Amino acid sequence: MSKFLNTVIAAMLLATPVAAEKLGLGRAALPEEISAWDLDISPDGTGLPVGSGSVLDGEEIFSANCAMCHGEFAEGVDNWPKLAGGMDTLDHDDPLKTVGSYWPHLSTAFDYIRRSMPFGNAQSLTDDEVFAIVAYILYSNDLVDEDFELSNENFLEVEMPNADGFFVDNRDETEYGAFNDTCMTDCKDTVEITMRAAVLDVTPEEVGADQAPAQETAAASEAPAPVEQAGPAAASFDAAMAEDGEKVFKKCKACHQLGDGAVNKTGPVLNGIVGSAIGANADFKYSKTLSSMNADGMVWDDATLAEFLAAPKKFAKGTKMSFAGLKQDDDIKNVIEYLKSHQ
Amino acid sequence: MTVSFKGKNASRRQFLVGAAAAGAGTVAAGAAAAAGDPLITEKQIWAQATGDGVDAVPYGMPIKYESDVVRRNVEWLTADTISSINFTPIHALDGTITPQGCAFERHHSGAIELTKDDYRLMINGLVDTPLVFTYDDLMRFPRESHVYFCECAANTGMEWAGSQLNGAQFTHGMIHNMEYIGVPLRTILNEAGIKPEATWVFVEGADASSNGRSIPMEKALDDVLVAFKANGEALRKEHGYPVRLVVPGWEGNMWVKWLRRIELTTQPVESREETSKYTDTMEDGSSRKHTWVMDAKSVVTSPSPQAPITHGKGPLVITGLAWSGRGAITQVDVTIDGGKNWQVARLAAAGQKMALTRFYLEIDWQGEEMYLQSRAHDETGYVQPTKTQLRDVRGLNSIYHNNCIQTWWVKSTGEAENVEIS
Repeated sequence: MSKFLNTVIAAMLLATPVAAEKLGLGRAALPEEISAWDLDISPDGTGLPVGSGSVLDGEEIFSANCAMCHGEFAEGVDNWPKLAGGMDTLDHDDPLKTVGSYWPHLSTAFDYIRRSMPFGNAQSLTDDEVFAIVAYILYSNDLVDEDFELSNENFLEVEMPNADGFFVDNRDETEYGAFNDTCMTDCKDTVEITMRAAVLDVTPEEVGADQAPAQETAAASEAPAPVEQAGPAAASFDAAMAEDGEKVFKKCKACHQLGDGAVNKTGPVLNGIVGSAIGANADFKYSKTLSSMNADGMVWDDATLAEFLAAPKKFAKGTKMSFAGLKQDDDIKNVIEYLKSHQ
Repeated sequence: MTVSFKGKNASRRQFLVGAAAAGAGTVAAGAAAAAGDPLITEKQIWAQATGDGVDAVPYGMPIKYESDVVRRNVEWLTADTISSINFTPIHALDGTITPQGCAFERHHSGAIELTKDDYRLMINGLVDTPLVFTYDDLMRFPRESHVYFCECAANTGMEWAGSQLNGAQFTHGMIHNMEYIGVPLRTILNEAGIKPEATWVFVEGADASSNGRSIPMEKALDDVLVAFKANGEALRKEHGYPVRLVVPGWEGNMWVKWLRRIELTTQPVESREETSKYTDTMEDGSSRKHTWVMDAKSVVTSPSPQAPITHGKGPLVITGLAWSGRGAITQVDVTIDGGKNWQVARLAAAGQKMALTRFYLEIDWQGEEMYLQSRAHDETGYVQPTKTQLRDVRGLNSIYHNNCIQTWWVKSTGEAENVEIS
């Protein structure tokens, strides 16, 4: 074939880039890769793993992994989602939409908890743990008894109260034909104000140009510099470990803040925690256990922190920190180093 | 009753500009005193000394005088900023392209940092050959570029029950509009080979929320893009770097960020974000699902509560944005008397499909109070409805897809407030 013809063919291909021709790009996905990522579950049970979990197990697992945001009884903490209650409120003002009152498919709860929860430590639960949590959420919604066990065998038998509550978008029938008001003159006689936003007073305050937050703040807190005079803990500071610990700390971030401008959230601010007395943040309401440790003069050092982070409820029975604990010793050491970098 | 006004105060600005403060020692540019405007008659430092050299800022940010033109969060809306939303400062922008740095963010588990080297895209499910692509692989497919708006389904959602937030940024700022560069999704699906029984495409992100949405095959084969650039440069971290999905005209939640997996199926997955969220509850308690399309909508961005009239009587530029998820904007009407009479606004450029359109109406304002509204028409003949029209169909609890006509009450001082009118 002549060079000229080649050029013409190339030009034609360029002009029609979406021809059905395959380009031979990419590589075959391996079965183990697909099973690692393909976790979604459909309403008919497609994708549901084999396994089971009971309400009673679920209560414990929920308490350790979910209750810090969703409440011990799935009733929700602060603005975090409520998972239980709200039955028969969908046609009220401000309906309460929960797994029990609103979600049409149980598969959605399993799918979401397995793929996306717990917040800050996603995909850390076993399939049986997910079965147990879903069973507990059903129980919290009075949909099953306390001796119920959910499994892949009985999963599709669970009836969701709002299963028939949805219909496919019908705007083309109810709105599109009707929304066509093109009146241009003398369209109405009177105009009166019926509601004002200023009365509600919920708009954030305007920050002027001269008061705008400094843009360096975020960048600065990304690379925290260890402070030299931070007491005995600083002597053994390891920057490389701290860097690894920053990644581990992502699991803590949903509840704890660090750095400039940090405030107490579900958990207390952790600036300067290493070397400080246990339960010493005056603005945070601790459990009785941590408060009594404070009274006993106990201090957060490498040893106490390591013990606490490995099994919070074992170290401090009754602690409000609903975190199951870090399983890897290295993760514990590294996150403590990271905490030291915020003295 | 004491009313606390939280919009920008016009009178302070007027004072600074000098229009209302002739005796205060300042001289307005347009009304020079006998001695002349010192900004002109006296030598100024910037006209004598030198400025920054090149490379002073290798990647430039807006000048400090514009530092109030930023995204803003409404803290009481969500429990935490990691799973939250903020708002584009549309009241202070003009034209149609949204700069990436102030384009609204919506995260479900925070904005992650994923390198191009660590990026993988998997196609699986009902395909001839399940495939894995690297970022470099994606760069070898033929590309397209298109300007599209991305609007969160919850934009204006806080206004269903009544006017709440005092500013176009907060009522209408969950939107941005960019020029995207990417590979058509159909090209990538074709590479894996679509099995005839496949009718749905499930798309999923790589972040911890693994946000997943089901898209019908017809849309997937139509205009959906797997995008890696916006406004000429790489996507920003907060918008899904290095790769996000672009689903023109459809709600922002479907524009999955950090796109990592595309699965072909025979049914929608009915994920959390397409059942418990992004569904629209009607007055009788039943709920619409699959409400993907964003209907025609518009808003006056200036004057508005954060952008009051500061120049006094005379020529006034009224401007705003219009868009439709069902095609191009064909006309925008503006009223200054609350909808008694409307005028056809001037479109800065002919409307493009599923992209923002800028409109202007120039008037001679004589200090009269105005009930300012805009009304969009799209190429299907649809006309943006009033809030009353929407409420008559849906009630007050549908949260999402509120595309009602917005009213700003512009007072004789030039200040504006978000109101509802009869």
